[in-house]
Amino acid sequence: MTVFLRIVVRDVRLAFGQGGATVLAVVFFLLTVTLFPLGIGPETGVLRRIAPGVIWVAALLAAMLSLDRLFQADLEDGSLDQLALVPLPLELVAAAKCLAHWISTGLPMLAVSPLLGVLLGLNGEAYGGLLLAMAAGTPSLSLMGGIGAALTVSVRRGGVLLSLLVLPLCVPVLVFGTGAVDSAIAGLEGGAHLPALAAILAAALPLAPWAIAGALRLNLE
Amino acid sequence: MESVSEFLEMGGYAPFVWPAFAIAAAVLTLLLAWSLRDLRRERNLLDSLPGRRSETRPAEAGDDP
Amino acid sequence: MANWHRLANPTLFLEWSRRVRPWTGVATAALLATGVYLSLFVAPRDYQQGDAVRIMFVHVPSAWMALFAYAVMAVASAAGLIWKSPLAHLTAKAAAPIGASFTLLALATGALWGQPMWGTWWVWDARLTSVLILFFLYLGYIALWQAIDDHARAAKSAAILALVGVVNIPIIKFSVDWWNTLHQPASVLRMDGPSIHSSLLTPLLVMGAAFAGYFVVVLSIRLEREVLARQVRTLRRVQSRG
Repeated sequence: MTVFLRIVVRDVRLAFGQGGATVLAVVFFLLTVTLFPLGIGPETGVLRRIAPGVIWVAALLAAMLSLDRLFQADLEDGSLDQLALVPLPLELVAAAKCLAHWISTGLPMLAVSPLLGVLLGLNGEAYGGLLLAMAAGTPSLSLMGGIGAALTVSVRRGGVLLSLLVLPLCVPVLVFGTGAVDSAIAGLEGGAHLPALAAILAAALPLAPWAIAGALRLNLE
Repeated sequence: MESVSEFLEMGGYAPFVWPAFAIAAAVLTLLLAWSLRDLRRERNLLDSLPGRRSETRPAEAGDDP
Repeated sequence: MANWHRLANPTLFLEWSRRVRPWTGVATAALLATGVYLSLFVAPRDYQQGDAVRIMFVHVPSAWMALFAYAVMAVASAAGLIWKSPLAHLTAKAAAPIGASFTLLALATGALWGQPMWGTWWVWDARLTSVLILFFLYLGYIALWQAIDDHARAAKSAAILALVGVVNIPIIKFSVDWWNTLHQPASVLRMDGPSIHSSLLTPLLVMGAAFAGYFVVVLSIRLEREVLARQVRTLRRVQSRG
């Protein structure tokens, strides 16, 4: 367990440090959302209507952007081989890497999402739903994105390929994430959206690390 | 039996029915042609490599009595 | 059935596939000719859709084959990973472009049907949206094969992706259906179900069989090519060592 935590702490520290993924992901997230009022127009009604979808799409893209280097940096500097040697199944190492990715990008995005809600004129009831939906949905993005990152670890400039592989798989998270915020705006109690997001997470939690470890092993031989 | 022009009109849906069948024919033909071309190229490449020439076409040797 | 495992041997497969392919080809051509004749001349016009219903005879079998090819890909990928069979991996690789073509065909004919029926080329209908996402899954799979140089590693990576995809497809389908019921009134004319009369079923099934035969023929051509390409790689490796 301590090895698990050490991997998480190491990755989170690297991501929060100078030139790390966190700042880039959050800035990208903010910037993308800012572009929508500029492209569509500042009418509050329209912005409020599209706000949940815009925030989720931006979160999806920001996550893709930061996943690019999840395993590639470890492969290049040789630490992937060391990670394979630690007294921990590679599946758990993969889970630790995904957890670190979520702490360093998903969580900060979750933290700034209310600010984006303000920018897009979201009404008061929606914030609770937004935070809950982001909390339930973004871990799945890190897990499914980790599969793409592991599969493309040896591909040079694999970022676009990673997005092509992972974005279609993230459609359910987008649908239910947006739906959860929409129903919060409508004043409904989340409905079936939050349980659906939780179910996706519950399925991804054991399966994704398994797939990631399988993909990483191909690059260790 | 309706007339030929009536048949070609497809009850007014000709601009949609015929392109649908044409696209299907085009896609399926192109994919088949592309696959056959790739196969022929690979065969030629294998034959041009030194060694194992006689073993690369076991079935065709059997086809010609 | 008893000889099935022998097909996993690439040389025996080549022999078998070359012997069977002409017969499958002839059967496919006959089915295709019958199917087109039935769909254009014999099938009655639909009382609602008129002659536009004939597009269904291309569209629906394409959609079937789009899903079937992905299933073949997933089963072959699983077999490749479990039994470490190169032929299974190559089967998955050979099936992908065929599946992608059928998916494209389903989308194109769906648009051609949608324009007269819905008054627009594209509707964010649950079915069409799912097929579009399936198309992206095919593109990703093909792109992954092409992106990784080492052939053995590409095969296994692509196999993992295919399996992840096949686990996700039902979830994607469910979420898109859900999304659709939220955002669209149920009044749109359905593409399937009771709107297709039983007299239209025969041409549909014949076309479906023809497309399945086409899949088998083209799969065997592409697979033979992949097997030969593998022999070329092996020969080159031996020569560069010797």
